[in-house]
Amino acid sequence: MPTQAPGHASGPSSQRYDRPFRQLTQVTAVLVLVMLVAIAVSLLWQGWPAFRQFGFGFLVSNDWDPVADRYGALSPIYGTLLSSLIALLIAVPVSLGIAVFITELAPPWLKRPVSTAIEMLAGIPSVIFGMWGLFIFAPAFAGLEPWLTSHLGPIPGLGLLFQGPPMGIGVLSASFILSIMIVPFISSIMREVFLLTPPMLKESAYGLGATTWEVVWNVVLPYTKTAVVGGIFLGLGRALGETMAVTFVIGNAHQIAASLLAPGTSISAVLANEFSEATTPMYRSSLLALGFILFVITFAVLVLAKVMLLRLQNSEGQ
Amino acid sequence: MRKAISILMGAALAASLAIPALAADSATLTGAGGTAIYPVLSKWAAAYKESKSVEVNYQAIGSGGGIAQIKAKTVAFANSDKPLKPEDLKANKLAQFPGVIIGIVPVINLKGVAPGALVLDGKTLADIFMGTIAKWNDPAIKALNPDVELPDAQIITVHRSDGSGTTFNFAYYLAKVSKAWRDKIGADTSLPWPTGVGGKGNAGVAAYVQQVAGSIGYVEYAYAIENKMTYTSLVNADGKTVEPSLAAFQAASSNADFSKTQDFYLVLANQSGEKSWPITAFTYMLMRRDASKEDNQAVLQFMSWFLNDDGAQAAAKQLEYVPLPAETVSLIKEYWKSELGITL
Repeated sequence: MPTQAPGHASGPSSQRYDRPFRQLTQVTAVLVLVMLVAIAVSLLWQGWPAFRQFGFGFLVSNDWDPVADRYGALSPIYGTLLSSLIALLIAVPVSLGIAVFITELAPPWLKRPVSTAIEMLAGIPSVIFGMWGLFIFAPAFAGLEPWLTSHLGPIPGLGLLFQGPPMGIGVLSASFILSIMIVPFISSIMREVFLLTPPMLKESAYGLGATTWEVVWNVVLPYTKTAVVGGIFLGLGRALGETMAVTFVIGNAHQIAASLLAPGTSISAVLANEFSEATTPMYRSSLLALGFILFVITFAVLVLAKVMLLRLQNSEGQ
Repeated sequence: MRKAISILMGAALAASLAIPALAADSATLTGAGGTAIYPVLSKWAAAYKESKSVEVNYQAIGSGGGIAQIKAKTVAFANSDKPLKPEDLKANKLAQFPGVIIGIVPVINLKGVAPGALVLDGKTLADIFMGTIAKWNDPAIKALNPDVELPDAQIITVHRSDGSGTTFNFAYYLAKVSKAWRDKIGADTSLPWPTGVGGKGNAGVAAYVQQVAGSIGYVEYAYAIENKMTYTSLVNADGKTVEPSLAAFQAASSNADFSKTQDFYLVLANQSGEKSWPITAFTYMLMRRDASKEDNQAVLQFMSWFLNDDGAQAAAKQLEYVPLPAETVSLIKEYWKSELGITL
């Protein structure tokens, strides 16, 4: 932290206003750190009885039994990671397409409406996505699922992912809804940074006879990859913690099924569903421990993103 | 900067003081609890505000949530579809009495099947929710329904994802009639469900059953009627097939003899009687014994109003709830007098 405002004529009046201002901004910055640590510590503290009671088994057990007061966090952790990963698999190519279209291919009169529409998509509250998912998307998806089962189901290995009765509610539905929710974030970051690519570079490539695809793949993406990866991780961060939309469509079942069409659950969905009804101390502690795990996962994703960005920057130097 | 901080602190302090001041406002009664009673309670609250200009603010967060809130002293009354044991009440300084009678009904989404046309018995219902019976054309269902055309389709069970008194009463009934259920699942507000999809609240289960073809769930009767859902008939303890109706709930509740109970502790599941609906329940009101007399009096005035007022009772019937019989109401009033020291 800088201790002195640099390059400033230290007149008595500017001194008077600068010091309190600097201290005030310092306080707000420190406040964020304090809050972050305080939240992590209080989650761990409240969740500690569960960690102590079940030990490492809390992370690897799938036994969620409120009657016997036994809890295991594996199925919500699994559901959180799986639904977020599938959402990324869907959202990244789509976002890339949107960003390339807007920056390179769209006629000028179309750029603004498409960009605005995406920004508006980002502004829709997640509970709306959840309701839309349950009442419109799920029935439509239930109609599509028998097709998935009959066409992809017989493939050895991969087919296991597409078994079970067509419900329209399940891990795959939740992933789809999540992907729709994170596309605006990822695509708008991609678009912003694609626009930052120096026109000189692009024009030179076009001048050498490169196609649009070659320009995007060999010029724009290498130039912007750090920011693109950052945008993808921002989307992942949002997907991991998303609560309401997922709760509506994931099925809220404490189970780990091979099939993506089967219901599952996620950490945030479990918290939203069960917190107000957690009547025993161990139940409540287990939910708070789940909250701590979600905190750690999100934190790990951010650290991973930072490490990857650093690596990318280093390799650029070579 | 110090000054700025002290101003901030002052504002925060004022805000924290303002909240209890609001809660203590005598013209507002705060309550929380089960979703099963919510449709009728919200109607009563609106009518009570109109006639007595006292506002009742009820949060339908689930029975377990209501119990937790009243234990934490954050609400003036709570509602639970699961009665608390007398020793639990004593330990937490709570009083408990019934408010209204509810019926819990299985609801299905099967094309071409009319409400009440499908017949199930307790054991079959337990097997369906345990996943032992997985298809609609299972011999056990066929045997009960020789005339219903049953598809060769998977049964998808829908249960509550939140802790719920509706779940408790449903599971209590299944545990009574099925040994396998009793041994493997048990009866509580949240259960280790072996299969199926979880919906939040009665409304969540109703929505899932309506969206998913081939599904079966369980909801409070009012939700089934309001959403025009296909409910099933059940075979009761006397071996008779009954459709859910106010008369069937009344028949089951007429067996209840509160004079022998402590704190009205009674679970009505699987009552005898030819016309009795097997999953009938009392939904209970919980109040604090250590709250101030004025606060309890204000709440009891509201309760006394809906237990006695003809308009309130008609509104309950219209929403498919069974009002408490007059003998029970007078028992409740005696209880208020002896336990809370309030005569109304």
